[in-house]
Amino acid sequence: MAVETRPTSPPTTAETHAGPQLGARLICQALVREGVDLIFGYPGGAVIPLYDVLPEFPIHHVLVRHEQGAAHAADGYARATGKVGVCLATSGPGATNLVTGIATAMMDSVPIVAITGQVPQNVIGMDAFQETDITGITIPITKYNMVIRSVEEIGPAIQKAFYLARSGRPGPVLVDIPKDVQLAKGYLAPPQPLNLPGYKPTIVPHRRQIRKAAELIRQSERPLILAGHGILISGATSELIAFAERTQIPVGLTLLGIGGFPASHPLCLGMVGMHGYAHANRAIHEADLIIGIGMRFDDRVTGRPSEFAPHAKIIHIDIDPAEIGKVLKTEVPVVGDAREALKLLLEELEPLRHDEWLEQIRSWYRPIRTEPSGPNGALQPQYVMARLHARTEGRALVVTDVGQHQMWAAQIYRCDYPNQWITSGGLGTMGFAVPAAMGVALGRPEAEVWCVVGDGGVQMTLHEFATIVDEGCNVKVAIINNGYLGMVRQWQQLFHNRNYSETPISSPDYVLLGQAYRMPARRVTRPAEVDEAITWAQSFRGPALIEFVVNQEENVYPMIPSGGSFREMIDEPEGEW
Amino acid sequence: MRSHTLVVLVEDKPGVMNRIVSLFRQRGFNIDSIAVGPSETSGLSRITLVAKGDDQKIEQLVKQLYKILEVIKIQDVTDENLIQRELALVKVTATERTRSDIMRLVTDVYRARIVDAAPDSLIIEVTGPSEKIESLLTMIRPYGIKEVARTGVVAMARGSRAVMVKEPQVVA
Repeated sequence: MAVETRPTSPPTTAETHAGPQLGARLICQALVREGVDLIFGYPGGAVIPLYDVLPEFPIHHVLVRHEQGAAHAADGYARATGKVGVCLATSGPGATNLVTGIATAMMDSVPIVAITGQVPQNVIGMDAFQETDITGITIPITKYNMVIRSVEEIGPAIQKAFYLARSGRPGPVLVDIPKDVQLAKGYLAPPQPLNLPGYKPTIVPHRRQIRKAAELIRQSERPLILAGHGILISGATSELIAFAERTQIPVGLTLLGIGGFPASHPLCLGMVGMHGYAHANRAIHEADLIIGIGMRFDDRVTGRPSEFAPHAKIIHIDIDPAEIGKVLKTEVPVVGDAREALKLLLEELEPLRHDEWLEQIRSWYRPIRTEPSGPNGALQPQYVMARLHARTEGRALVVTDVGQHQMWAAQIYRCDYPNQWITSGGLGTMGFAVPAAMGVALGRPEAEVWCVVGDGGVQMTLHEFATIVDEGCNVKVAIINNGYLGMVRQWQQLFHNRNYSETPISSPDYVLLGQAYRMPARRVTRPAEVDEAITWAQSFRGPALIEFVVNQEENVYPMIPSGGSFREMIDEPEGEW
Repeated sequence: MRSHTLVVLVEDKPGVMNRIVSLFRQRGFNIDSIAVGPSETSGLSRITLVAKGDDQKIEQLVKQLYKILEVIKIQDVTDENLIQRELALVKVTATERTRSDIMRLVTDVYRARIVDAAPDSLIIEVTGPSEKIESLLTMIRPYGIKEVARTGVVAMARGSRAVMVKEPQVVA
């Protein structure tokens, strides 16, 4: 293989006094310059030069057991810290294994930078060993992607990747680096102003739109705020609290908005949507004004869009103009950062009152049941969530997988703090929780991290237990084992005549499995053991595993069927208790 | 549902067309016509796109297109007073008996040109709105069309106003 080793450009700054450097070193320098001190990755042929020099830099590398874990861990890290998460994989299968994690980050607007090795440029297009067109593959699931074609491009490309990942509506950026670029020598260009004529996110909204919004808010008798992930991304929690309190408007949260407004606040209605609280969904149904902030009227929130909030006008605040008007007709579009928009709205609005409306919504409230055991005596999963909340005083960082346990946690583990709740929403990625919890724990080492996961999802990525143990992550894994792919089983029960096709699923002995991974583990089958087990897991720092064997056919209620409306809401059948 | 004509100015960089076409496929839009070439500004290509959809759908498409980093400017020129042109090359069977009929039809009625002649065929070059090209094709189809190559529509609004790009701004 011909390797270009000639210096490619003259030194431009003092930092290049050492002469031309390997491209691999320049990549690491550029990463350090972006503040990277942690990378989740897996070596392979096309990134050996990068791994060769990585130990020279103040970057901690976490060796995952599968590249999907690296992407989810970078995602969890980013959501928990607000910083850009970084994952690294080799070409071909290494790169394609990142795809699920990248798509997850794209749907949930999470800033990650994925670095992939690529075969040398002289064999690109030749179907070389471990060659894949990863930039082609990831066009629809990245905010941006690029191939670094020469050593001079390294500095500007890495700078651009991080800027794009974290600015505007954040998202994943993939940087593909052929091996010959890693092996070429050159200089790292100093950071320069980026010239991106096609990328100018609107941060501060138009004052005219804010005034129109304020006017609608003043006229409204039954207004409702729907707060989403944008609140957390823009760090707008205190502005949202101030806004809601001044205007006395209740706040419903999307699944990803949880934590953006304190659950214990009197104006908080909790989660809305398919498995949202009945009073919150009823409030949407009765409202005359919906103020969507940093959310996108996802189908799990709206159900059938034509019957969503039938009496309401819509104010939609989002940094991504393409989200506004995508699903619903919008009376007042406001393009901008959620925090900036709320600041401006606070300037425009005097205190308001909606006593009657708030009273009405409170009268609709019914708590989610959290009894210890069901009619058959089995441990109830909802009780586990309630006890988890109690024993952690609502302060743990909760990372969930996808399915029934996720909805119970969202309903019952009431979060009061931003970035405390980490879950795969848009893509609904089973297998997310275990690796994401690892990223969360490494990003927030002081925190107690609870990874709440089902017996289906945990088996998708449990190989990352090895990494969690290696790193001594303070992750407590709570497996909610009902022996089913429970959410699919619930749909089969309710909509497919209880035809439980391929949803019963076996599990390994999780206590033995935990031991095999040198991870302290326990099994809980009775309500009386729940508190003790949680306290046990909290009694030491580092990973722990608890398997909660729960009622097999418990359902998540309330439920608005997919594509349905509030009027079709299914509540818990009285007969079940 | 009606046909919309979009003028899209993009940075002339590798992979940009891939991103645009991928977006149409991903979001379920059909492209009726697409024509690409350099614009008046070096480094910028001009794409003329024709796609069918209701106004709300097309507005959503435009917003999604703007999210592609290399897309600098999009204008929906559908409702402008437009000059729309397409060029087609048509190879048609021409025998001694039919040749003069074809030539008269093509040059007199359509003001098109014969750009190549062979003993048993002609190549016609025709420029104009798509309807004119369709009409010409209908008229000469009975003679036997061997090959058609069309460029896709390019469009420009009449008058002095132009789809312009401000000087590229520097951010960050």
